[in-house]
Amino acid sequence: MRFQPIDRAAARLGAAERASVRGGAKSGHEKRTSLLFGDFGDPDALRRLAGGIRQHAVENLDSYLPAAEARMEANGVRVHWAPTAADACAAVLGILRARGATRLVKAKTMLSEEIGLGEFLGRHGIESLETDLGEFIVQLDGDHPSHIIKPILHKNRAQIAASFERHGVGPYDEDPEAITRAARRFLRHKYMAADAGLTGANFVVAESGRVVIVTNEGNSRFCLAATRCHIVLVGIEKIVPRDRDLALLLNLLARSATAQQLTVYTEFVSGPKAAAQPDGPEEMHVVFVDNGRTEVLAGDCREILRCIRCGACLNVCPVYRQAGGHAYRSVYPGPIGAVLSPLLLGEGFAGKADLPKASSLCGACHEVCPVDIPIPDLLLRLRARAGREGVPSPGVPPFGAWSILASRPAAWRAALAAGKLLDHLPAGLLPIPALRAWEGTRTLPRWRGGEFRKWLKRRRRRP
Amino acid sequence: MPPSEAAPGARRVQLMGTCLCDAFFDDVAAATVEVLEYLGCEVIFPPGQTCCGQPAFNAGDWPASRRVVRHCVDTFAGDCPVVAPSGSCAAMLFHGAQLEFEGEPDRPAVEALGRRTRELGDFIVNGLGTRAWPGRYEARVAFHHSCHTRGTASGAAARSLLGSIEGLTLVEFGEGEQCCGFGGTFSVGFPHISSAMGGLKLSHVRAAAPDELVSGDMSCLMHLGGLAEKGGAPIRTRHLAQVLRDALAGAGPAGIGGAA
Repeated sequence: MRFQPIDRAAARLGAAERASVRGGAKSGHEKRTSLLFGDFGDPDALRRLAGGIRQHAVENLDSYLPAAEARMEANGVRVHWAPTAADACAAVLGILRARGATRLVKAKTMLSEEIGLGEFLGRHGIESLETDLGEFIVQLDGDHPSHIIKPILHKNRAQIAASFERHGVGPYDEDPEAITRAARRFLRHKYMAADAGLTGANFVVAESGRVVIVTNEGNSRFCLAATRCHIVLVGIEKIVPRDRDLALLLNLLARSATAQQLTVYTEFVSGPKAAAQPDGPEEMHVVFVDNGRTEVLAGDCREILRCIRCGACLNVCPVYRQAGGHAYRSVYPGPIGAVLSPLLLGEGFAGKADLPKASSLCGACHEVCPVDIPIPDLLLRLRARAGREGVPSPGVPPFGAWSILASRPAAWRAALAAGKLLDHLPAGLLPIPALRAWEGTRTLPRWRGGEFRKWLKRRRRRP
Repeated sequence: MPPSEAAPGARRVQLMGTCLCDAFFDDVAAATVEVLEYLGCEVIFPPGQTCCGQPAFNAGDWPASRRVVRHCVDTFAGDCPVVAPSGSCAAMLFHGAQLEFEGEPDRPAVEALGRRTRELGDFIVNGLGTRAWPGRYEARVAFHHSCHTRGTASGAAARSLLGSIEGLTLVEFGEGEQCCGFGGTFSVGFPHISSAMGGLKLSHVRAAAPDELVSGDMSCLMHLGGLAEKGGAPIRTRHLAQVLRDALAGAGPAGIGGAA
């Protein structure tokens, strides 16, 4: 029997990894909920407000992006526009080459994963080093992130300690503090030796040109403080209209992502070092990346561009908890990834069309989304697109004949009666894949087709 | 006050029996009729009804689904409430169908049907104003919130009804907000994930040691009950309507006839 890729991946997931993913996701969700509902009387109203702000922003990128660009240029920032992933990689390489830079320190950015920046720079002789602890471990292991804010949710302490020992970062020690100290010792002089620092941006404010970066490890601050050149890689959808919008969005982001009232470091960067300032990067570049976003904006799933990458939908998702992040074969796993990956990633829609179907449409993701993205509706729209484009879907039965049956009452009643045959045949042996898939782990109740209608007739005949 | 007095006159409702009850769970549809009639409703069962169209909708075959929804619009013509013993089928009509009819010329008719379609528990509590259920039902009940009732009044309605029944104890279980893993075609398209989700739900339910697992949706219960039985440790599953009906039958003199 053929199974969809994500279902196969979930079946193969090892017990240790499943335990890490489930435990991490569950506790992340529970802490978020208790903090959000403890702090705010009506968090759902805030989610809707934030969703409205983000929706307004992405629907008015045509005015907010030029406004942001003008402010940034006035603030001394060089702005670059990258329509594609290749353009974005080339822009970063161009900036580095112009300075003769060969060593780059990177704070966490999902976008750099999306466009394959690290690998691209490596091929062009630039050493780029991940400085977020999780991303650092991923890079050491030649692994991929499995969660958008906790990249190593799939790993446990023992695996990390073993990896540190293998790569000479530090002796084997499972103590989290020892792990952190070893990474810190290793990274600290790398910052000092770097020629440039690259960060993402959580938000870019149109009215001020401010770039907002939130982290918990201070690594982005080191990237800025220790290097002469700061490059910001940011998707064009990360715009918010006004500085004051950040009050709401930062409050929701930190609570939704890591169950914190405020992240440990929240940086507002307006430009390169001013003449009177003692230190900081003398050059600042912002690379705005489209890479398919304009097309998403033009389609029927544009609400996905509201996303502020908090990961709350991953944590609550029962499918993510069973399958883990790698099963999504994308930088963006979980519910958000099931929408974003087929829309944004290079290999095209068909290669990822199984992801929107890998959902029971339970709606938990929509319920926790800080910007109120109706993720189940978007998954359904992508399923309809797969239907329109004729993308095959192993295991899911076709519905054309069924719909004809279900719109002809006499035929429907005849089928209800005929279904009794099911009780006399072992359903698991029938040449109907859906029935066999059901019977693999579940019993089928006895067929009682038409019995209710008979009962109702008898009841109505009663005096 | 007995609920039947709270329902003004003979309120006419159309029953959407659901295809699952039509095929497998006739007693649930029957219980729904009995409960609604007890509440003073005149229950019409349009015989031409088939399915709400959700299986094709979820599978991405929207043209096929729209064909079935159009059949629903014809079958459930009129202006009285359409009541379904399923949060899932009701949500298909008031939410799902609205999505797939965006830009279709007959969307207004689909909207009108969606507006008068209610899940049973929601209809009893918020449509008819029934606050407490009479009778008696001796059981420890674990109530499973079906996901299609997220963001609706159905979950709270069912819990308040069940909680008001004499003798019935609602027991809580872990990770109640998590899906059971059914998800329609998801259950057969992604059988490993679906079954693992169901297994987790069952382990939480079992830990709470209820006598019965109750829900407003037979689809969840078919999946969970089927998993439990296949695993060699069956659990007793019942629909909300069955519990309400059986509570009436178990009512002492202070039940049906007296103060609720």
